[in-house]
Amino acid sequence: MLKILIADDEAPARSRLRDLLTDIGNLQIVGEAKNGKEALQLAEDMQPDIILLDIRMPEMDGIEAAQHLQKLVRPPAVIFTTAFDNYAIQAFDMNAVDYLLKPIRQERLQTALQKTRALLPQQLAALQPLSPQRTHLTITERGRILLVPIADIIYLRAELKYITVRTAEREYLIEESLTHLEHEFDNLFIRLHRNCLVSTAYILGYEKRSNEEQGEKQWVALLKNVPETVTVSRRQQHLIRMS
Amino acid sequence: MCKYNAKQMLFRYSNLKQGNQHADKTDMRNANRLPNMRNLGIALRILIIANTVLILIAYTLSTSLTDFLERIATISMYAQPMLLTSLLVLYSGYPLIIKLNYRQGIITILIMVMLCNAIIYSLFTQFWLFNDLPQLSRMLVCVFAVSALTLYYFNLRQRAYSPAIAEARLQALQARIRPHFLFNSINAVLSLIRSQPKQAETALEDMADLFRVLMADNRELVPLAQEIALCRQYLALEKLRLNERLNIQWQIDNMPPDALIPPLILQPLLENAVYHGIEPLAGGGIINIQIYTRQNEIHLILTNPYNTQNNHHNGNKMALNNIKERLTLHFDLEATLKSKQENGEYEVHITLPHQKQNL
Repeated sequence: MLKILIADDEAPARSRLRDLLTDIGNLQIVGEAKNGKEALQLAEDMQPDIILLDIRMPEMDGIEAAQHLQKLVRPPAVIFTTAFDNYAIQAFDMNAVDYLLKPIRQERLQTALQKTRALLPQQLAALQPLSPQRTHLTITERGRILLVPIADIIYLRAELKYITVRTAEREYLIEESLTHLEHEFDNLFIRLHRNCLVSTAYILGYEKRSNEEQGEKQWVALLKNVPETVTVSRRQQHLIRMS
Repeated sequence: MCKYNAKQMLFRYSNLKQGNQHADKTDMRNANRLPNMRNLGIALRILIIANTVLILIAYTLSTSLTDFLERIATISMYAQPMLLTSLLVLYSGYPLIIKLNYRQGIITILIMVMLCNAIIYSLFTQFWLFNDLPQLSRMLVCVFAVSALTLYYFNLRQRAYSPAIAEARLQALQARIRPHFLFNSINAVLSLIRSQPKQAETALEDMADLFRVLMADNRELVPLAQEIALCRQYLALEKLRLNERLNIQWQIDNMPPDALIPPLILQPLLENAVYHGIEPLAGGGIINIQIYTRQNEIHLILTNPYNTQNNHHNGNKMALNNIKERLTLHFDLEATLKSKQENGEYEVHITLPHQKQNL
């Protein structure tokens, strides 16, 4: 029996899908989510085969949720649903991504359920411009997926293969490229050092400190909520003057 | 595909309308082509044109800067009272003038201005106010020329604007049938049909009313109360989808219900507020609508929560520009639309003259 997860922020839209799925029969609705974040959590707990994912949702939209879903051990097949979204529909058509237009017809839904399969990495990459900035970073830890809100991140520091994600509470490790992150969140983070992106919202100020190893004074950024500081490299010192 | 259909429907609709309207088209056009003498913008333009002519005459006749200034002063002494009196006469005579057709209207305006000037001239001569007044006949020729020039300017301006009016109407229609709202609402109604058929009926009736107004010929002003009723129907539909996420605060106790406003000024703003302000919030938010009159002006203020981070607001600008354009077409300089964004709130403030049902 197919296990299906519904994700839509509007209650009537969810109830309509429930009605249609019940009519089709021989499947099980394992959960209903009101936004992308809930969908991700439910998907992890319930392990659905298929997720019906609305595009426009608060907190985290469907496109971003689909990208995070990919990190699950057994990612569900994704069928996007939308009332109207020209850009998304174009992208779906171009990359053969399954989608349904609301109001959804029963026959269409039935066909979609039969032929669906998990999204391919290149399909996800093609959809990325539709949701240009993630609201969360996903971190895989001991088989679980953790969501770290971008707004909670104080700095991102590249260390060898990994990137340390620092929040007020703790540190996480992710495997991504710092350049890519810098590009994606260029309105929120600045690069104070070759290996470090700092959230502008958490910078308290700058201070000149003497560095014992090199014997010369160096600028450092003081940060909200954490004791450590971030060194500002010589090349980035013009940023201090700007702020 | 959906866009294409909407457009097609629109064209079919406008063709249909044109047939019906043939009869009353002529007098509507005439009333519109005469400048609205009660509009501040029009009065300002008349003053500027007349005074520019005056300055040019003084400049041509003068030999030096002091001579130029003196000449302006002397001409102004009798010209300004005449100009202002003419404007006043036209202001009070405006309700009469708009009842005439275009040609009669123009002739009446010219006669009124000439008569007015002749009377003031005779008053001046009678009381010996000025001793170097120009000849009456010469002055009347000058007055006639300036008036004709001004009227011709307004005629040209009107012509330049009329394609814009048609364009704005079409644009307005397209911008307003936001497909997102239409399809989501239909979806919501579908979900109600099995469980709550009564509620589904009401929703469909609201939708029909809403689309009737959206597709009407929206050139004429409507009472404010009518626009409010429409907004309530629209919000009832949105409430269906968003339920407790959508909260509305009406502060309209001091609203003049019979004041005339261009149709669909408030509804698209509400639609924007829902789309950009409420929908991105998981917990929902409050839209505040405040309407009041002050010093013969109507103020409409709409506030909604606004989060810059998850918003791409191109659609918003389009709707605002559209409303702005239509306000200008109806009220010229007397109406304003301002929007600002601060402390996570977005506010639109519209000011327009308080126009009552029968002028």
